[in-house]
Amino acid sequence: MSTQPETQDVVKEASMLKQKDMISANYEKLTSTEESGAKVVSTYVPGNLNELIMCFDMLNNLPEINAIQNGMRKKSGGMIMEAEKMGHSEDVCTYVKADIGNMAKGSIAPNGKPMPVPDLLLLSYTGCFTFMKWFELLRDQYGCETTMLQVPYKGDGETTKNMRDYVVKQLKEDVIPALERVSGVKFDIDRLRENMRRSAKAEDDLVWVLESAKKKPSPIDAYFGGVFYIGPIFTAFRGTQDAIDYYRLLREEIEARIAAGQGPVTPEGDMGEEKYRLVVEGPPNWTSFREFWKMFYDEGAVVVSSTYTKVGGVYDYDGFRHDPDNPLESMADYCLGCYTNRNLPERVDMIEKYISDYEADGLLINSIKSCNSFSAGQLMIMREIENRTGKPAAFIESDLVDPRYFSASNIKNRLESYFQMIDQKRRGGGSAPRAA
Amino acid sequence: MKTTSEIISTCQELYDDLNFTAVRKWKEADESRKVIGYMPVYVPRELIHAGGMLALGILGGGDSLEVIHGDAYYQSYICRIPRSTLELALTKRLDFVDGMLFPSICDVIRNLSGMWKLMQPDVYVRYFDVPQNFKDDVGGNYYAEELQELRKGLEGVCGRKITDEDIRRSTAIYNENRKLVEEIYSFRAQSPWQAPSYEVYLLMRAGMVLPVEEHSQLMQDYLVAAKSEDRPMRDNCRIVVQGSFCEQPPLNLVKSIEMAGCYIVDDDYMLVTRWLMEDVPLDGDPIANLASSFLHQSVETAAKYEPDGTRKGSYLLETVRKRAAEGVIFAAPSFCDPALLDRPMLVHVLNDKNIPNISFKYAENSGQMQPIREQAGTFADSIKLWSEA
Repeated sequence: MSTQPETQDVVKEASMLKQKDMISANYEKLTSTEESGAKVVSTYVPGNLNELIMCFDMLNNLPEINAIQNGMRKKSGGMIMEAEKMGHSEDVCTYVKADIGNMAKGSIAPNGKPMPVPDLLLLSYTGCFTFMKWFELLRDQYGCETTMLQVPYKGDGETTKNMRDYVVKQLKEDVIPALERVSGVKFDIDRLRENMRRSAKAEDDLVWVLESAKKKPSPIDAYFGGVFYIGPIFTAFRGTQDAIDYYRLLREEIEARIAAGQGPVTPEGDMGEEKYRLVVEGPPNWTSFREFWKMFYDEGAVVVSSTYTKVGGVYDYDGFRHDPDNPLESMADYCLGCYTNRNLPERVDMIEKYISDYEADGLLINSIKSCNSFSAGQLMIMREIENRTGKPAAFIESDLVDPRYFSASNIKNRLESYFQMIDQKRRGGGSAPRAA
Repeated sequence: MKTTSEIISTCQELYDDLNFTAVRKWKEADESRKVIGYMPVYVPRELIHAGGMLALGILGGGDSLEVIHGDAYYQSYICRIPRSTLELALTKRLDFVDGMLFPSICDVIRNLSGMWKLMQPDVYVRYFDVPQNFKDDVGGNYYAEELQELRKGLEGVCGRKITDEDIRRSTAIYNENRKLVEEIYSFRAQSPWQAPSYEVYLLMRAGMVLPVEEHSQLMQDYLVAAKSEDRPMRDNCRIVVQGSFCEQPPLNLVKSIEMAGCYIVDDDYMLVTRWLMEDVPLDGDPIANLASSFLHQSVETAAKYEPDGTRKGSYLLETVRKRAAEGVIFAAPSFCDPALLDRPMLVHVLNDKNIPNISFKYAENSGQMQPIREQAGTFADSIKLWSEA
């Protein structure tokens, strides 16, 4: 998700610089609350209520993003071990342990300044059980006020009236009063509508960017590049003018790439010839992000669609946009629709559609040890997709921010076999391929 | 009068039978009968019973099932219960089950509900969500509506209306069952040598497959028998087992803890049998009553959110006090997110009160008990030698 590139020789376009400035400014705001007096709310990416939080002049701090930042800076490994020394099991989510280990080490932000203690923990319990325990653990450490928004899981693949009403009622009776109480600012629904209007504008351009990968060659990589593209909309910028400006700038850059017949930008410049078009399921590994990406672009493999870029909101599949005319209901629909809050059959349907719409050669699953929300059931997803599309699928394993679970040689071998399998499939040789 | 040995022998047979012969026989006795399977940790069994159906607790495959097909669906870092449960289904051991409920406990069981939908499109499958907001007009209203949706779904399986009166009648029967469960647990806590934990465990496991009325009778028989038998008292310490609410430990593990010198005086095995701590009222709206009991009278466990941080762990502390326990053993299945994420917070609470505790992990097919015996034995010794009491 939104992070700053990790090495010196990364090629930077204007949109990248714009995003970098936005993130830096946000961290500056977060780390200067003692001077500014601004209040901070900690919350999660999936189901985040940024438009609402902004109504109270509060700043949005996201523990997963901090863990990712520390992962890309190669700092998360030590933090995880610190948390394990404190009694946290080696079996559980490494985002949680990176976060807790970071706290034990003084919670230093990427700008080198200490992160503030949040004034409010806003537990948005969307699509991931671990979130609930994570916030209990944070509350145990911070001792600050906590409010919870439970987003029911769409077990039958649909949003019911009862689910929507429940989310709206919690917003009205628990979340908004808590935000008012902590911030001292009265809720203004018209302010929320304005924020949501801006969200929808940015969402339109985001979807255009993601769908540009239908072109051949694809002008973007919708996974490794995609995690940068979703940064503003998934984090502290949805509902801001900055987000609108960022996506407009990004769109213009991609329009220019399409006009020039160019493929995606990689950390080493233009990718070159597009040989393989993939759909990827699952989050990326962050500790070896660039090495991981290189395994793809070196082989001419471009990811044309990914499910991870839907974890903080699905805007393409069923056309959701934040709706200023029905702000709270629309906020509920946004939360309910986040990718991992959808049941497995719907996830399979989505991936099948992506493979068809983006004319992909197959599906690659990056299965993450830490993340049962994504990972449990992925082997069945793979079988279903192979059966439905006849396209080959492959399965690799890594972790989010624990460097101990990234085995470059194993992953590279697996990917090379997979690309050979796609070649063979194209040549029409052999029987229908099974997973690599 | 039956002896404890005879009763437990019956329970052991039920426990060992992974073909669920007793349930099959129950179903075959009347062609209109239906069976609804459920996984841990809680479903309102009253609604299933009210539809004339049998609620079948499915707790994985234990240590005697060889998992072959199920392993092909899960990575090595995912717990064992979903893979052995899939194995049961893929080997047709659950082919008589007409519906499956997957309670809200963790992401693995949640996603298994979707896998079941894909694998068994003709079976009624429901992910059963519960509120984590415990206000009557917020979480309560949501839950009451979820219960109504479940009721409708179950009506579709049993082929008839489930009336309010049906639910009241079933609630009364389950109230009686919960009372007996509590009586057994209290009896064991008072005189644990009279009710060894593996016996109590098997007795509760029988409740996963038997009709509730038969299970209640079995517990009554056991109480009479256990109270009349004289068994030797050991110089064991008294401990609470915590963290085993989903994937179950092998029976040998339960026995090993006790053999190592620890009487288990409370546990969280099969919480569905005592999730609701008080009788559910029988007058008024039966759905509202079930919802209210869930909100205000249910146990504290890792699958639930604790809105008040100062109360985190209070249920465990109260259990330790009520059962006069001297320590806590955290025994969690490997890769169990709820239990393992909760554990550090509970350990803090216990440490603050100087309550001794140890932790280990298991899988339902763990075979080596020696390390467990050594750890539990050392724990028992340390309590006996150095505790303030």
